[in-house]
Amino acid sequence: MIYRRRASPLHAVRAGVGCAYCAALALAVLLLSAPILLGALVISIAGAAAFAGVSREIRRAALFALPLGLLVMAVNMLVAQGGLTVIARLGDLPVFGQTDVTLEATVYGAVLGVRAVALILCGALYTAAVDPDEVLALFRRFSFHSALTATLATRMVPVLARDARRLADAQRCRPGPPPSRARLMRATTAGVLDRALDVAAALEVRGYGAARRPARRGRGSRVRRPYSRHDLSFAASAVALVALAIGARVAGLAPFSSDATLYAPVRAAGVAVAVAIVVCALLPFADRRGIER
Amino acid sequence: MSVLALDSVTYTYPGAVAPAITDVTLEIGPGELVVLAGASGSGKSTLLRAANGLAPHFYGGVFAGRATVAGMDTRDHGPGALAAAVGTLFQDPETQVVMGTVRAELALPLENRGEAPAAVARAVEEAALALGIAHLLDRPTAELSGGELQRVALGAALAGRPKLIVLDEPTSQLDPVAGDELIALLRRLNEDFDAAIVIAEHRLERCLAFVDRAIAMRGGRVVCDAAPAEFLAWACESAPELATPGGRLLSGLGLEPVAGVKAARAALRSHGLLPDADYGQVGDAPRRTPRAEPALRFERLWHEIDRGPVVLRGVSLEIGPGERVALMGRNGAGKSTLLRHAAGLMRPTRGKVRSAGRVALLLQNPADYLVGEHVRQEASAGALATVGLGDPALRERHPRDLSGGEKQRLALAIVLDGAGGPSYETAVVCLDEPTRGMDRRRKDELAALLCELDAAVLVATHDPEFVAAFAQRVILLADGAPIADGSPQEILSGGTYFATETARILGGAGGALRPDEGVAFVSGAEAEVGA
Repeated sequence: MIYRRRASPLHAVRAGVGCAYCAALALAVLLLSAPILLGALVISIAGAAAFAGVSREIRRAALFALPLGLLVMAVNMLVAQGGLTVIARLGDLPVFGQTDVTLEATVYGAVLGVRAVALILCGALYTAAVDPDEVLALFRRFSFHSALTATLATRMVPVLARDARRLADAQRCRPGPPPSRARLMRATTAGVLDRALDVAAALEVRGYGAARRPARRGRGSRVRRPYSRHDLSFAASAVALVALAIGARVAGLAPFSSDATLYAPVRAAGVAVAVAIVVCALLPFADRRGIER
Repeated sequence: MSVLALDSVTYTYPGAVAPAITDVTLEIGPGELVVLAGASGSGKSTLLRAANGLAPHFYGGVFAGRATVAGMDTRDHGPGALAAAVGTLFQDPETQVVMGTVRAELALPLENRGEAPAAVARAVEEAALALGIAHLLDRPTAELSGGELQRVALGAALAGRPKLIVLDEPTSQLDPVAGDELIALLRRLNEDFDAAIVIAEHRLERCLAFVDRAIAMRGGRVVCDAAPAEFLAWACESAPELATPGGRLLSGLGLEPVAGVKAARAALRSHGLLPDADYGQVGDAPRRTPRAEPALRFERLWHEIDRGPVVLRGVSLEIGPGERVALMGRNGAGKSTLLRHAAGLMRPTRGKVRSAGRVALLLQNPADYLVGEHVRQEASAGALATVGLGDPALRERHPRDLSGGEKQRLALAIVLDGAGGPSYETAVVCLDEPTRGMDRRRKDELAALLCELDAAVLVATHDPEFVAAFAQRVILLADGAPIADGSPQEILSGGTYFATETARILGGAGGALRPDEGVAFVSGAEAEVGA
């Protein structure tokens, strides 16, 4: 998955704000455990992806994340024995021993699974909608070489994937039995090293070896990029999401417990927080002024 | 004061037994546009690496003599420090563009120098405008074509306003249109930016007409350093493989060789040797009679990409046994896809491919085929001998240590190799852009090798001179369908991009001629007029 600039309010914001928005969603996922609020967050992430035009990328990430979420749920279901409401007696299982599946462990496992899926989707949204070069510019003041190396690694993924496809095609064109895996591995490694050498030479002649910290931003030298309305609305959205998550958790507006028996009452306050989360997360997408189609 | 001065520079790569360049002394003045000519392995790339400091700082090795770039001695300043004075462009656009977007790529060299953001932003805008890539600034580099990527890399080399730009065969990976555009761009930049430009190039006919100087290298030494016309006269006399087709045509007719189609035409006209364009025009080729058993047959072949464009549109073609066919057309016309279907690497959306035997396919990058530790492990002795790699010493070498041309021939030996030896059971040999980055001599050798094969040959190429040397038939593809199918005489004359230089000079008279054929044709026409 790589970043592609698209005509969306989220793509239009500066990288710092984009990072903050995705981080706020992720933080809310970590802070909240009530199913209704987690559901609201998943809806928010999916909605944000849809409005940002990166649904396809998020769907691809979800295909990878869902089995992981189910695995987390299944493991918790088998390992956690805390609940009182038994829904299945599986008897004596190897490794797990005497196993009873309880409703509480199942629901808590589902909450953990949804949380894992939601975090992966937040990461996918960040990857697809926040410009990595701008992120590099943000971090270059702290550790330029590390930031550039990370960017380079991301950039080289599609290049090396293309190389791998080419190599595979060339090997299919060879008559006779295919070469051994060891031979292929050696050839692939040699090819990757050749690529690495070429890239290193290109970086050298672009001055990477002599890279200096950016000039001190004195008066008149700084290009002040004004905060756009999209920057402000997404920043406000990020702040509101964090405030809602912290407030809901501290005030116990959507209680959830699965220690002995399941306790997850749906109250008006919880529903209101869930609605507020979705509205806060998606409202910035409503303003499309200045967004090219 | 010169921007580049090499004084008795000799450089040997680590582990090499002989120097790559020997005792090179030359000076490049401010704003000069210089082309560096020479066969593969003659030392062109090494000379450029000495200019940008990669030799010896990046590659290691032994460096003797003195190289000065804009007053900086390369022994004391590494490539990073020299980057402010010398911009570099390599062959492969894929590996020299390292950032995610065009804007970030152009900004990188300036940010590395610690320039203030305002200066970076301004330089990026200027470089983008100068190169006509302002519309690409926010595009991801992963989505750009090879020509666009090469422009972006040139922009990155140019953004810091270097005094010298060195380019190592920058058009070798591009199609002819993108290559010509890049060369024209360099010409304009040379005038606007006043940067000295040194360009290593095999296809001299592209740039010789407007450079200030041409420097020829052979065996790591400078063997000629002269103005284009003098260089051509020297090349026709002493190094015919470096002479342009136009130069060889004029020289063959006993005229002073000049660079460029326009100048060559004027020279012929002034001597009354330019034949009428209608003279000797080739008529329509005779209709091909259907063969009983073609070596390869495409039957209404369609290739459609899921959520993407249509690459092939109902292609129906037959290639006869032993027939040598060139597949031409612009990038994206469907040439490579057709070859991949021929070799069974792709499944058609609709239609069929039938062949009378095995279809061997040599893809663009020969190094992808090489997996052995020795040349002898890659192919049988018979196959190696067929492609001219029968030398026992050569067979013991590591495949990746071979030169570009040798790798190409080794890869050809690999795909030709069968249980019963080369060409056994092989009905068709397909090659995808085999002449990229090859010098003229290697191209001639490859053309001769293809003519010796028993199997039918299908080659996707942009190179009309190469096509004229080996092909019996040319198929022109556009938007996934054949738009012309005939003899080289019909297809490679009267045009610009799909015509030999001799044909362009003669305005298509006589068809697709190579220089020696052009000499015979013009001499024949003159004799006819005289009679």
